[in-house]
Amino acid sequence: MISLVINGAPRSLDVPEDFPLLWALRDILGMMGTKFGCGIAQCGACTVHVDGVAVRACITEVGSVAGSKITTIEAMADTPIGTALQSAWLELDVVQCGYCQAGQIMSAGALLAENPAPDDAAIDAAMEGNICRCATYQRIRAAIKLASRQPQADRRHQ
Amino acid sequence: MTTVSRRLFLQIGAGATGALVVGFAWRAAAPADTRPLLLGNYVSIDIDGTVTVRAPNPEIGQGVKTSLPMLIAEELDVDWDRVRVEMAPNDPTRFGQQDAGGSMSIHRNYTALRQVGAAARWMLVDAAARRLQASHGEFRTAHGRVHHSSGQSFDYGELAAAASLLQLPDPKSLVLKDPAKFSIIGTSRRGVDSPRIVRGEPIFGIDMTLPDMAYAVYVKAPVFGARLLRCELAAARAERGIIDVFTLKGQGDRHGLQDGIAIIASSWWYAQAARAKLEPLWDTDIGVGHDSTRYREEAHSLLAKPGTVLEEKGDVEAALAQAAQRLTADYEVPFLAHATLEPQNCTARVKGDSVEIWAPTQTPEEGRQLVARTLGVAPDSVIVHMRRAGGGFGRRLENDYMAEAASIARHAGVPIKLVWSREDDFAHDFYRAASYHRLRAGLDKKGRVSAFAAHGVTFAHGSEVAQAAGIEGNGFESRVVPASRLEQSLIPTIVPTGYLRAPVSNGLAFVRECFWDELALAANMDPVAFRLAALSNGSSSGGSFDAARMRAVLEAVALRSNWAKARLAKGQGMGVACYFSHSGYFAEVVRVRVDADGHWQVLNVWVAGDIGSQIVNPLAARAQVEGAVMDGIGSMRAEITVVNGAAIQTNFDGFPLLRMPEAPVVDVEFVMSAAAPTGLGEPALPPVLPAVANAIHAACGARVRQLPLTAERIQAARRG
Ligand code: FES
Ligand code: FES
Repeated sequence: MISLVINGAPRSLDVPEDFPLLWALRDILGMMGTKFGCGIAQCGACTVHVDGVAVRACITEVGSVAGSKITTIEAMADTPIGTALQSAWLELDVVQCGYCQAGQIMSAGALLAENPAPDDAAIDAAMEGNICRCATYQRIRAAIKLASRQPQADRRHQ
Repeated sequence: MTTVSRRLFLQIGAGATGALVVGFAWRAAAPADTRPLLLGNYVSIDIDGTVTVRAPNPEIGQGVKTSLPMLIAEELDVDWDRVRVEMAPNDPTRFGQQDAGGSMSIHRNYTALRQVGAAARWMLVDAAARRLQASHGEFRTAHGRVHHSSGQSFDYGELAAAASLLQLPDPKSLVLKDPAKFSIIGTSRRGVDSPRIVRGEPIFGIDMTLPDMAYAVYVKAPVFGARLLRCELAAARAERGIIDVFTLKGQGDRHGLQDGIAIIASSWWYAQAARAKLEPLWDTDIGVGHDSTRYREEAHSLLAKPGTVLEEKGDVEAALAQAAQRLTADYEVPFLAHATLEPQNCTARVKGDSVEIWAPTQTPEEGRQLVARTLGVAPDSVIVHMRRAGGGFGRRLENDYMAEAASIARHAGVPIKLVWSREDDFAHDFYRAASYHRLRAGLDKKGRVSAFAAHGVTFAHGSEVAQAAGIEGNGFESRVVPASRLEQSLIPTIVPTGYLRAPVSNGLAFVRECFWDELALAANMDPVAFRLAALSNGSSSGGSFDAARMRAVLEAVALRSNWAKARLAKGQGMGVACYFSHSGYFAEVVRVRVDADGHWQVLNVWVAGDIGSQIVNPLAARAQVEGAVMDGIGSMRAEITVVNGAAIQTNFDGFPLLRMPEAPVVDVEFVMSAAAPTGLGEPALPPVLPAVANAIHAACGARVRQLPLTAERIQAARRG
């Protein structure tokens, strides 16, 4: 039995130590917000927070996060940063297919927790690991700035 | 896709609680005596005033779950906030052609869905008119209420039950709104599913769960179409979490079930991990000789010989001989994968002959037919539920995953969710076909193109051009050049090919519009002015192509981008291209930076597009253009390489997609024209590729005629 703390609640799972957190969330716990995209830490669709840090759940073994605080998209609305991001995402109509967006919001959430007013370079660095196949990047960038009460203009190439 | 001639029948009926339910039925235009049996139900108005509108077409990120209901709500005169949108069931008899492809959703539904809304509104006015014994002319509607000139008014809910008993109007008698009075169409509305998406709610195909469901992977041959010779299953069966392991036989249909080994487990991960215990033996002989490098060599030998003439106008060889200046260039584009971020997946439950499927698909009805054929059951016993798709791009026009899931569920005896690994997804796509082109053109003394000859080499399955692998695009050369010829040669392949966002155009625009840039420079003319001059030629319109609309977007984008006037830093360049596809006219200008080592980055893209007289949802429309442009740029760095009949790229590490730091600033302007509104998922994509390549040439002098456009190719072209 592996004991995890997910979104504040203790959960115990009958899976081996090397079972990926992503599939524990999706298949064992029925929490579908965290998405599968690549399985090799290349796309960011599976991003969750472990003790506040953005990690890729597809390559995170449950045994390595026993006792850590795990936060998923399902609990993002419980934090001021999470609600600010979600409403910015809606305000700017970021979503196209939407499949990557949970992972994008998780990466953005970890960024804002560490840097309350990220500039373009900081956004590039924090978000580079999250693929959006629909390429909603322009609006993701603007939404992160809106959520952090900054002007939305992209200043990289002026 | 079948396009039967169909007629629209408005239909009405009472819902369970006395609601007004209006819709329309589609049926084949003949025979006249078959009455529509099913109740159309696009819109229902409940007696408590709830307005529910059903979105007929699959939502793959193109926004139709929002934009199509907007058309109904507009004519119904109801506030958008009051509309509840639901996904319609798959039922073409009631909802017409329910697919997502070809940027056709708005094109096909713009008038029909407005008529549905107008009919429902008419019924409500009719109910009020009867209640007050007044004529229709004494009423107006607004914000979900019917108002009489006396000042009396009724909420739609109050009239719904009475309206549901009335006769429908003749659709032809309905007067649709003057666009100047629109209050929903043409206004920005946010995606109806977005609040659920940002909270992580389980609405995608891959999120489907059923009671007692098991998880499946399906292991197919690494080589396209290879048959399974044998496989020992016991070792995989003994792994943790495994419920069953079995083999299935393919049915010889490239679009359906292939030979494979199904692993059923209590979690997808257990099934995936157990793959390592399989050592299947495949008959891979079929793949021998199917290599990207061999294809390329063969293409070049075919280009040296005459091909099959597809189009010919005038005597192109004579015109070339007489030209003041002649240019020849070879261009090439590679195979590409779709790489939807949500891997292919499908959930299936089979009980006896009855089959239920939940899938992210672009063609639910074709999927239903495929499942029926695969299992040998009647199509009527198959139900396909459309789930939100995490991207489509044409991949989900195919339903191979449905045939697999249904077959696996039947064999397993329990409902199963099949999920492809990313590696499965790259190995079993219907790829955008590679193609190889030799272009020759002549310029007269005034710098006008007097001859244009194109020879394209593409792929064949049997004697037919492979799916979506045609080389006849929408370039305007043949219209504006007095002598032209298009030839085609074919290479047999086993690689499955298919439609990728803006099919054919996504490769051909690069080939044609880069060459057009070469011609402009050879003629010593500005590339925008050169195109405008060609498009002013009297013969340049024709068929569905209107040269004036293309000129207008070119002029608009030149203005918007400050073309030929912008001051550029060292290493930067600007390029332009235009293309007509999916009924849309797009001209795009790109500003790019090329570093000394050949690495390039697109800094800005300016887009001007004309898709007709009305943009239904501007906020979402701009999103489609932003996405299409970045999708096109991203595709310029990627390729699928075929070796011995297999794709060698296995995941995103080998197939780069655009990421945040590379995302340019995209500026979008819609140029309005008088034409009927058309779709937007695709036509903004094709011109961006040549605009980037032309900008790279402007920045550093490197003319790269082969995709992917790598730094190495830029350096090689720079060296000459
Ligand atoms: S699924 Fe984990 S990074 Fe792609
Ligand atoms: S919105 Fe489709 S992948 Fe990001």
